[in-house]
Amino acid sequence: MSADVLAVAEHRRGDLRDVSFELVTAGRELADATGGDLHVAVISGDVDGFAEELSLDGVDVVHTVDYGEEFNHDVYVQAVEALYDEVDPTAVVMPNSVNGLDYAPAVAERLALPLVTDAVGFEWDGALTATREMYGSKVETTVEVESERVAVTIRGGEWPAEETHDGAEVRAFDFEPDEDAIRSTVTGFEEVGAGDVDISEAEVLVSVGRGIEEEENIELVQRLADALGATLSSSRPIVDNGWLPKNRQVGQSGKVVTPKVYIAVGISGAVQHVAGMKGAETIVAINTDPNAPIFDIADYGIVGDLFEVVPELIEEFGGE
Amino acid sequence: MKVLVTVKEVAEVEDDFEIDGTGVDDRYLEYDLNEWDDYAVEEAVQLQEAGDDIEVVSVTIGPERAEETIRMALAKGVDRAIRVWDDALDQDLLDTATKARVFRAVVEEEEPDLILTGVQAGDDAFGATGVALAESVGQEWAAVVNQLDIDHLLAENVARVHRELEGGVEELTDVELPAVLTIQTGINEPRYASLRGIRQAQSKEIAPKTLADLGLEAGDVESSLFLTEMYEPESESDATLFEGSAEETAAELASVLREKGVGAE
Ligand SMILES: Cc1cc2nc3c(=O)[nH]c(=O)nc-3n(C[C@H](O)[C@H](O)[C@H](O)COP(=O)(O)OP(=O)(O)OC[C@H]3O[C@@H](n4cnc5c(N)ncnc54)[C@H](O)[C@@H]3O)c2cc1C
Repeated sequence: MSADVLAVAEHRRGDLRDVSFELVTAGRELADATGGDLHVAVISGDVDGFAEELSLDGVDVVHTVDYGEEFNHDVYVQAVEALYDEVDPTAVVMPNSVNGLDYAPAVAERLALPLVTDAVGFEWDGALTATREMYGSKVETTVEVESERVAVTIRGGEWPAEETHDGAEVRAFDFEPDEDAIRSTVTGFEEVGAGDVDISEAEVLVSVGRGIEEEENIELVQRLADALGATLSSSRPIVDNGWLPKNRQVGQSGKVVTPKVYIAVGISGAVQHVAGMKGAETIVAINTDPNAPIFDIADYGIVGDLFEVVPELIEEFGGE
Repeated sequence: MKVLVTVKEVAEVEDDFEIDGTGVDDRYLEYDLNEWDDYAVEEAVQLQEAGDDIEVVSVTIGPERAEETIRMALAKGVDRAIRVWDDALDQDLLDTATKARVFRAVVEEEEPDLILTGVQAGDDAFGATGVALAESVGQEWAAVVNQLDIDHLLAENVARVHRELEGGVEELTDVELPAVLTIQTGINEPRYASLRGIRQAQSKEIAPKTLADLGLEAGDVESSLFLTEMYEPESESDATLFEGSAEETAAELASVLREKGVGAE
């Protein structure tokens, strides 16, 4: 076994995703601790173009796997397995993205590596110790891995992106997959959430979450939005329940919004929600739970019951 | 056709809580069916209703306490349940590989054509069991599925799914059965159990199984991950919090909002 670290980049429809550059930072941090090299793998798509972009400070070798265009987990699992045999790393680092969740557990299982997902920090002392959250970010935990080899996925946005270019060695990896083992077929992509309203254009958003309890109560928050001249948006469960259309959803799988003011009403501030609104200029939270993670990123807050506070606010702004 | 649904009883933490060692003090925990699994159960039951002769079986790794939650799944239409428990499984953190090993033993006995899991469990949120299980039993899979074409599945034995990627983009994928799908919230509208369903659930089977029943030993379920610390994250908040009555706090917030130009005609 080498002390090296293998990080697997992510791209979609022609572009490297942000997490790829964060993986370089996280991978370098780990490789510094293990005393090894950082290898970055880029699989499918325009691998030569991607390799150039990934020739970053801290990267020792970029391995290109020129097979197919878009992500396919059967290809990724085979390619990472083959690269693992070649590099013999102590740690494999992958993104905790939707596609990461589609191949990292299979890689770990196939290579018999312990798997830590959604790490927000780590240390190395002969083995990995990772920090991860539980119970919707209410607590943080330390997880020790009892093995000198490990697979880990990292949460997006936790490590800074590496942006400094530096010539890394690029190696074209000789990859011959077992094509019979490629049994899933990606047939296309679909954009969802189009519609009459584009919440990403709004200057002020009033956003409603599960704290609203019932569909008929949505109207209360709509009235607040009207009184403020704002647009109504929401967290995911409201859309899952069919109470508002998909184009109102803020977050990882909805829209990324950067309004001047974002008012979160009865929203806990789960990581996938925050991914969509942390860029707002001013964040306001109204929530009964003083420990709700939304208060960590809020600029102003009221710890209180929305059913009491919202009617008062509507009145303040002369609403109906 | 047989559909296996993995379900987990998860703990939810109350607003105010205390940590005891490496766990949240039991007094502040409420137990419920994992949100994502509720959607997986619903998808399985809809499949059963759409096809002929489809059996839906649920499997849980969990102590006896979990039976109440399992009954909820039975009341919604699951035909029978399996509950695996053993002293050796009573660990702070069962890692993905351990869970996959236990489920694999159940899959080898049941030989389902389709396995549905939730995308993740709301408590520890590893989001990995379904895909690890698929690899472990040599089946195909798709993670984070928010649409499944049930008619196509019944007619062609292929799961035609949408995988929900980031940023409002969905990937369209065909997966050959047998396969594991990890189900995302919003794929359907989970039903409430009917009174009749609840009554029927009382007479449905929840088969308890030990590791030995599954041909496993304590040594097979030794987790490689250990939870060594749990703490409340230091608040990074520099928020200005308004305190007082609803009327007072609303007035204070209103003046901040006005300063920012909100509500000005
Ligand atoms: C792959 C994946 C993608 C996801 N994508 C998204 C996404 O795009 N967007 C998204 O939002 N989520 C997304 N999620 C879901 C996310 O993990 C959370 O489940 C979700 O954001 C929770 O929504 P919420 O805050 O409205 O509900 P909860 O977490 O249930 O929070 C409700 C809040 O309301 C408060 N409350 C209750 N009653 C009151 C009251 N009377 N007054 C004031 N406050 C009250 C509670 O204290 C609590 O904080 C995704 C999850 C996964 C796994």
